[in-house]
Amino acid sequence: MTVFLTHNKMKLAFHTLRGGEGPNLLLLHGLGERSPKAVPADVSNWPGAVFAVDFTGHGESTMPGGGGYTAELLMGDADVAMSMLGSATILGRGLGGYVGLLLAGARPRSVRGTIIADGHGMAGGGDRPGPTVVRGVPERETTPDPFALVELAADLRPPEYAEQFVALACAGSGLERPITVCAKAQPDWLKAIIRQPGVKEASLEDALSYYAALPKS
Amino acid sequence: MHTKVVQLEVTIPEAVSYPGARRPDRHRWVSSFGVKLASCEWGDEDAPPLFLVHGGSDFAGTFDGFAPMLADAGWRVISWDHRGHGDSDHAALYSWDADVRDALAVLDSITPDAVPAIAHSKGGGMMLQLAEALPRRMSKLVVIDGLPSPDPHPDVSDHEEHALNAKNLSAWLDHRRTAGSLHRKPGTLDELAKRRKRMNPRLDDEWLRYLVTVGARHDPDGWRWKLDPAIRMGGFGPWRPHWSLDRMKLLEIPLLGLTATVEEEMGWGTKHEQLIPYLPPSARLIPFPATGHFIHIEHPREVADLVLDFLS
Repeated sequence: MTVFLTHNKMKLAFHTLRGGEGPNLLLLHGLGERSPKAVPADVSNWPGAVFAVDFTGHGESTMPGGGGYTAELLMGDADVAMSMLGSATILGRGLGGYVGLLLAGARPRSVRGTIIADGHGMAGGGDRPGPTVVRGVPERETTPDPFALVELAADLRPPEYAEQFVALACAGSGLERPITVCAKAQPDWLKAIIRQPGVKEASLEDALSYYAALPKS
Repeated sequence: MHTKVVQLEVTIPEAVSYPGARRPDRHRWVSSFGVKLASCEWGDEDAPPLFLVHGGSDFAGTFDGFAPMLADAGWRVISWDHRGHGDSDHAALYSWDADVRDALAVLDSITPDAVPAIAHSKGGGMMLQLAEALPRRMSKLVVIDGLPSPDPHPDVSDHEEHALNAKNLSAWLDHRRTAGSLHRKPGTLDELAKRRKRMNPRLDDEWLRYLVTVGARHDPDGWRWKLDPAIRMGGFGPWRPHWSLDRMKLLEIPLLGLTATVEEEMGWGTKHEQLIPYLPPSARLIPFPATGHFIHIEHPREVADLVLDFLS
């Protein structure tokens, strides 16, 4: 089932992939992708409900004109989805993993662990700005929005910035391990946070089991 | 062709006059990939173009006192309301890079050549980025209290590291959850002038009343500032102030920087002495004693003369 949530002037497609009791799992897709139509096989053992949201400019969500994308804006998308759930574990792939990290730091009491998995748009634009201005993109009427592809691929992700969100997640969540990394592709920001307290590398299966077993918040 | 230009009919509901203030001679719409930007011009259409850029949470009408002095000296002065500001569209998305792209859309609608630019506050940072990315599009740059600073930038929503704490993040997300249904509070002309006075305590009451008539709309239940309520002062993001300072070091065109010496809510807190190690060889820096963030409004004639001399 899909319903549309409002984030400022955007409509976000929020999908219930599987209902039920137990802990919630929120899936955040990668750059240029969209939410899966069914519960992916690798999360089928999750004991609770499974949800997903299409980021702005992706899937069935609004494709606004004129660009202006940032990872922080997408964190707002994920937070609007979180407002429907109360609390959830986040599984983010690529860009969705980075957004999940931001939300873990910004809403530490609602996010019951973020799992960062491989996917598109993990690296972003590195840790220093270049001499650029995106003058425009080819016109396209369907998602993914070309502005999203260009701007979120250049989105700056300094390691120390990512580390601050880990620290906030540790301080506010009450979890011993608020972040788990399952990704093999590790840009500098991800390498940096893996060295932080509260972050551990594990397989996706182990990570899901760990967060599924957490007591209710 | 993604940039479209359309002549814009503008009506001023209740003009309040102010000595020396003059509304633009022409208005046009410029479309930046679907976001309509309200562009305006003072001076002869055949005169050499001069780009004038406002700061965050502001609008082009705040140049009504300053721009005519430049136009009367022989320049075609071009400005625009940034997305979400003044008469421009309230966009779905806002970002620093989108603002710079919009600036380029307006510039492209005027000329493919290099032009001099005058920029206030956040506009200064935007023009530094544009000059770095497209060095052949800018011939000279004047920045009015908007040169980079190691300190927070209150009118920039996504360039802030100091605000990265649990309380501010939560408040920002709470704001985002309701941003789509927010409306600016209506008030009388005098009430809106008083609200602006809180951010611009050094500007005189008659000027602020004048600004209401050009920067607010008159609804049946009162005046409202046109600024998109989804735009919020402050914020956070990955930007680091020293990146802007490093960018300024590499500027190859002549730079004139004017700095305030009295701190204000909308000011950048840029200290004259902090900037000196980062200035490019072509730079000249002039601090204005006992002056706040809006140097060109407090001292329009003096600033105009300095600028005209610099551009000559």
